[in-house]
Amino acid sequence: MFRSRALSLADRLKRRSERQYLVARAFNRRRALKPVVDRTGRIRKGDILAFVTLRNEKARLPYFLDYYRKLGVNHFLFVNNDSDDGSGAYLSEQPDVSVWWTKSGYKKSRFGMDWINWLLMRHGNGHWCLTVDPDEFFVYPHCDNRPLGALTSWLDSSGRRSFPAMLLDMYPKGQIEEQPYTEGTNPFAIARWFDPANYTISKNAYYGNLWIQGGPRTRAFFTEDPLAGPALNKIPLVKWYWRYAYVSSTHMLLPRSLNLVYDEDGGEQASGCLLHAKFLSLFADKSAEELDRGQHYANSREYKAYHAGLRGRGTDLWCSESREYTGWRQLEDLGLISRGNWA
Amino acid sequence: MIAPANAPVRLGVVMLCHSDLDMAARMARIWVEGGARIAIHVDAKATPKAMRGMRAALADLPQVVFSRRHPCDWGRFSLVRATQEAAEALLAAHPDLTHVYLASGSCLPLRPIRDLIAYLAEDPQRDHIESVNALDVGWTVGGLNEERFTLFYPLDWRRRRWLFDRLVNLQRRLGFRRRIPKGITPHLGSQWWCLTTATLRAILEDPRRTEFDRYFRLTWIPDESYFQTLARRHAIRIESQSLTLAKFDHEGKPYQLYDDHMLLLEESRCFVARKVWKGSTGLMTRFPLAAEPQVDPAPPQPQHFERLINRTVRRRLLGRPGLYMQSRFPRKDCENGKTSAPYAIFQGFSDIFPEFETWLAAHVEADVHGHLLGPEMVEFAGRPQVGPGAISSIPQIRDRDPQGFLTALIRVTNRMQVFQFSPRDNQKLNWFMATDPNAQFHVVTGAWMLPLLDCDMPFDDIRRISAQLQRAELKQLEVLNSVWVKARVQIHELNDFMARPQAILGAALQQLQVPVHPAADMPRMRNTAGLPALLRQLRNSGLRPRLTGEGLELPEQSLTERTAAE
Repeated sequence: MFRSRALSLADRLKRRSERQYLVARAFNRRRALKPVVDRTGRIRKGDILAFVTLRNEKARLPYFLDYYRKLGVNHFLFVNNDSDDGSGAYLSEQPDVSVWWTKSGYKKSRFGMDWINWLLMRHGNGHWCLTVDPDEFFVYPHCDNRPLGALTSWLDSSGRRSFPAMLLDMYPKGQIEEQPYTEGTNPFAIARWFDPANYTISKNAYYGNLWIQGGPRTRAFFTEDPLAGPALNKIPLVKWYWRYAYVSSTHMLLPRSLNLVYDEDGGEQASGCLLHAKFLSLFADKSAEELDRGQHYANSREYKAYHAGLRGRGTDLWCSESREYTGWRQLEDLGLISRGNWA
Repeated sequence: MIAPANAPVRLGVVMLCHSDLDMAARMARIWVEGGARIAIHVDAKATPKAMRGMRAALADLPQVVFSRRHPCDWGRFSLVRATQEAAEALLAAHPDLTHVYLASGSCLPLRPIRDLIAYLAEDPQRDHIESVNALDVGWTVGGLNEERFTLFYPLDWRRRRWLFDRLVNLQRRLGFRRRIPKGITPHLGSQWWCLTTATLRAILEDPRRTEFDRYFRLTWIPDESYFQTLARRHAIRIESQSLTLAKFDHEGKPYQLYDDHMLLLEESRCFVARKVWKGSTGLMTRFPLAAEPQVDPAPPQPQHFERLINRTVRRRLLGRPGLYMQSRFPRKDCENGKTSAPYAIFQGFSDIFPEFETWLAAHVEADVHGHLLGPEMVEFAGRPQVGPGAISSIPQIRDRDPQGFLTALIRVTNRMQVFQFSPRDNQKLNWFMATDPNAQFHVVTGAWMLPLLDCDMPFDDIRRISAQLQRAELKQLEVLNSVWVKARVQIHELNDFMARPQAILGAALQQLQVPVHPAADMPRMRNTAGLPALLRQLRNSGLRPRLTGEGLELPEQSLTERTAAE
């Protein structure tokens, strides 16, 4: 508390203007989004909302919607970035989904964050908002017994406005291409392995967030330059206020206090995980396509690295130290998530 | 079901409701159907619509009275005022009551009300109110125990926290001390109690009540001290334990109860629990348990449940030692345990004995690694590409966060971790390991020089490398000899070690405190014949060797004898 106050006034002003810039930018680009189906009128006070950007993810959608409906998400707001595989039509049929369509560049709109920031500002104010990708599945302590509403009401009563969930890359045993994924099935029946303890953490003093790297991607694709590996820290669940803004993907937000989701005095705050079902058979085709489009972070460095890895020896992320996922308790024992004081 | 008219105990309930009046109405019905009379106080901040709904839901129950509504703020006297008035209303409407239970709208009766009545009937004179002397409690929030009673608290903590804290500090600086009214000793305890009407009446009708009320109005959290203090003045027998299972976290917020607590709650045999999350439909349908034919007056046994809560509080406040993760990233020296288990560092041994690692692995029950912090690769035992916990053996990845690397390795493995170290390795962790009570250092200084004997580099390079390594080791020794060291450190000079290697090695193995296979053999020692010559050459080139020990001749007879004698 004291430390954050002691930080220089200049930095605070700088962050403030940065936040205002992001909010204004999102507002200015609102017309890039064309409403396709707008059912936001059905959102009730206290509903939990999910915000998703997607491009050609039709195969993943049925299970995704199913998973989050069961968890207790009341309404989904999708940005459809020019899909041509029928994702848009599928989403339009869903009763609890609103869809916007856009053709503008993913990269040009800060990797979709301008769109999401606008939708959050317009529809998220006062709601608990979960911002995820179609291949990210939120797990949190007690998620097998308690719905998302129990978590958010507990967060409300403990005065917290944001909840962290680190990205946990899941992968199958054996070559990724060899185990085809069928639409609608649980992706973690195939990609059910993860890396238990190879994560590196450093603190970003300016934004206050932790920067977490590691996992199978760093181990397999970024051995030359681990600093360039993907960031795994995420803060996907936020009680939104219209003046908040995501700065870079969902890795960090402004104002800075929303990023302080960890304890620095030795205690543990509650936290969850986003299980990342990226490494399915769908991934191989996608990585070639995305490489051509060149629309991803750091000049699609990730996809280039995957592609190089792919050609070299096929993609098998599994190693003898991988762990098979059994549930949130296992993640807690390993120290990847924590129940904090949510007994 | 109505309690028999001749029952010795006639129970009344004072219910305080804030929000969620639907649930409160359901709870009120449970109480009334169990045979209790009830007076309800609804926070004046609740909406008129919700209030109308509640009145309608309870319209068919004549046993229910509503008391005058006050706006209630957490930690303020308004809660006591509401309780007093509701209790007065209850006693006025039902003068024949023998006991009054204070409950909230989210207090869920777990056992049949009949059981509670039977339990109270076992000793009808007893007051059930947790009441602990304010000087002795250690569990109140924010360190305010006695000061709750000796300072003024005119502000609301939730809404004016900053000002609240400033005011407390100001009063402390000015040395403020309120006088506590004569005849009472401050006591604290759970807000939820069950008093006999005799005690309750005595408190409400105390001739000095105005004086007490005026005093408590400006104390801190009077709802946890008003009745608790005054019961001590009037009660005959106090059972200082609340009948309501209500646990608070370190910030003073009540724990919520969910469906997965069902079994624990059942086992706790408590009469009433709070606070139930409004979505826990499983709990609401299960409790109160259906009345058995046999009335069961067994006392509550909340210990098991309390242990669970205390465990969680500990995790929130202290965390798991040696864990660094997304929601636990302690500042330096706030770690509550820098690492999770003991580990040992052998420095110089692998230079003296080239096969030391395999030899040691065969003799101790531990994971013996090579140079984990080495510059070429992370030398995990067996040299796999990917080590325990899927930690990469690539040094660039390790050097991104060496502390995270070491703590993760120690936490993810089950056996003790032992590894080699030398001045050639990454030195970033020197302070971290030296200040960690789990670390064990066995150091032979100057041993890094031995591998230089066998290499065929030009002398200029040897001199340059020697200078670098000597500088690194001197810097490390400064750390290991500082007053901040918490690790167990054994330092031997090379000279000293060579004089009696077996004894020192044996002692080091014993210190590991893991099962050791008796070490009859010694590992092969490197040939040290050229060392005196090298040392002389280094000295003559202007570099003073400082770490191998006194004297050039190795081993020096007189010196070893002296050391042994010491």
